[in-house]
Amino acid sequence: MTRPVLEARGLVKRYGKVTALDHCDFDLMPGEILAVIGDNGAGKSTLIKALSGAIQPDEGEIKLEGSPVRFTSPNDARAEGIETVYQTLAMSPALSIADNMFMGRELRMPGVMGQVFRRLDRRKMEEFSRQKLADLGLMTIQNINQPVETLSGGQRQGVAVARAAAFGSRVVILDEPTAALGVKESRRVLDLIQEVRSRGIPIILISHNMPHVFEVADRVHVHRLGKRLCVIDPKEHSMSDAVAYMTGAAVPDAVAEPA
Amino acid sequence: MASSDHYEDVVRTRSEERFAEFDQGGKGPVARLHDVLHSTPAIVPLIVLVSACVVFGLVLGSKFFSPFALTLILQQVQIVGVLAAAQALIILTAGIDLSVGAIAVLCSVVMGQVTFRYGVPAGLAVPIGLACGTAIGAINGWLVSRVKLPPFIVTLGMWQIVLAVNYLYSANETIRAQDIEAQAPFLQFLGAKVNVGGAVFTLGVLLMLVLVLVLAYALRSTAWGRHVYAVGDDPEAAQLAGVDRHRTIMSVYMLVGFICGLAGWVMIGRFGSVSPSATTGVIGNIQAITAVVIGGISLFGGRGSILGAFFGALIVGVFELGLRMAGADPQWTYLLIGVLIIAAVTIDQWIRKVTA
Repeated sequence: MTRPVLEARGLVKRYGKVTALDHCDFDLMPGEILAVIGDNGAGKSTLIKALSGAIQPDEGEIKLEGSPVRFTSPNDARAEGIETVYQTLAMSPALSIADNMFMGRELRMPGVMGQVFRRLDRRKMEEFSRQKLADLGLMTIQNINQPVETLSGGQRQGVAVARAAAFGSRVVILDEPTAALGVKESRRVLDLIQEVRSRGIPIILISHNMPHVFEVADRVHVHRLGKRLCVIDPKEHSMSDAVAYMTGAAVPDAVAEPA
Repeated sequence: MASSDHYEDVVRTRSEERFAEFDQGGKGPVARLHDVLHSTPAIVPLIVLVSACVVFGLVLGSKFFSPFALTLILQQVQIVGVLAAAQALIILTAGIDLSVGAIAVLCSVVMGQVTFRYGVPAGLAVPIGLACGTAIGAINGWLVSRVKLPPFIVTLGMWQIVLAVNYLYSANETIRAQDIEAQAPFLQFLGAKVNVGGAVFTLGVLLMLVLVLVLAYALRSTAWGRHVYAVGDDPEAAQLAGVDRHRTIMSVYMLVGFICGLAGWVMIGRFGSVSPSATTGVIGNIQAITAVVIGGISLFGGRGSILGAFFGALIVGVFELGLRMAGADPQWTYLLIGVLIIAAVTIDQWIRKVTA
């Protein structure tokens, strides 16, 4: 059996009296798209935040390629090659596409200009951004210095995914990437997700949209009441099964598919 | 999954309309103007500044358009110019600083008192004054960033505190210009004049120009500058994208405190004396905010450039001197500045509208 890229065992996170994560397990296999579904309040976001370093679990451990890791901030996770596309996209609307791509990890000019005057290497960053967007077949960009706020929702999502794919060497996490998009734009983002997967980067996809989940996911992690209820194969289960499991209307056969 | 579930496939097969491209073609002149203003918002105040100069030049002739008069404007705006640079930084982070003028006055008082009361050499008194400003800035920054108080409240309080400390510490004593000149001329260093063919620059003016250029460079071309804009634009997004929000805000407030200290030093150069009751302590903040707003920096943060703030300060200076030379009632100056403020914010709102 191949080793998971990212795994978690017995994660617990409490907020006061509420237990958001209750000894939750998690496995992400190499090169797969793993969908995480669950009803509102099931603890999906908390799980994802724990994996991306945005919160620190009270108990349990997270292993990245077999070795235990402890993230105290999203930057720690990023340094390990785990990139997250947040639902809010985390972009600065007034800044350019290139600025946003490199926010928090800007490139400086080589030599004295960079070391003493801290000058940014704009051309390099622009070229890299343009390259990454083109790689994903995103666009024929006219102007990489266009402010992000002048882009449509789908384009912004595209830039955010490109940013994650460019720097996420090990895992890309997508939180509700299609929730705010129209039908056509969603379509495009789903294609993008598959494009990123075809580069061999495993993806965690959090979504409420069952058709989208069943279309792209290799496995579906069903989250319920703060823990993993089961992992199902979308080819062998129907969407109604999944919805029934996540809402508690049905219970999966003992251990449908042990992780 | 059943084949009927592929209901969205129709979109894929008929997706010739390439929605995700970045197309800019076919825009009218107004839209193009909007784009230009969107990317370089300092153009509006520059246009106003140039037109004001042209109008006063036509009306007043060589009286206004002389090297002496034009550099006199620079001398008159040097304090407000430095304070506006500081204010611009804070406003870019979506904050506001009501304490800038008061910090400047306190720093000038500290520089003077440390020299005359404790006999510290002036060369050391100036750094002490600057450190004092930086420390006050650090307190402001910490309260804003860590305690999460609104900048308006923090600096409203700090304004009063600093002014009170200023009077208590100095016992409301003015240090006379002659005494400074005789015993600690270094305090007046920035008042030294450089004469270039009728044009008179003080070192304080040069300091203001260099400061504005350095800040413009830092904001445009360094990671720190990009972070300042990102934090002002959307702090949550900046944080998630990997910007250390706390560090950025602290650095801005401390730098602003330091610049206010510089303004205090400029004040000694300009007035010669050290006076705890200098008007800058009371109206310096409003003057700085006025310059920043006229300069097209958005009060909502993340938009505008420091050059704009500098132009804003110059616009006020040009109006004041030009109207005075024309013999107009000074109230006209205030009236026109009031109009400019409202016009500037109106333009800002228009620029912020993305789809013109």
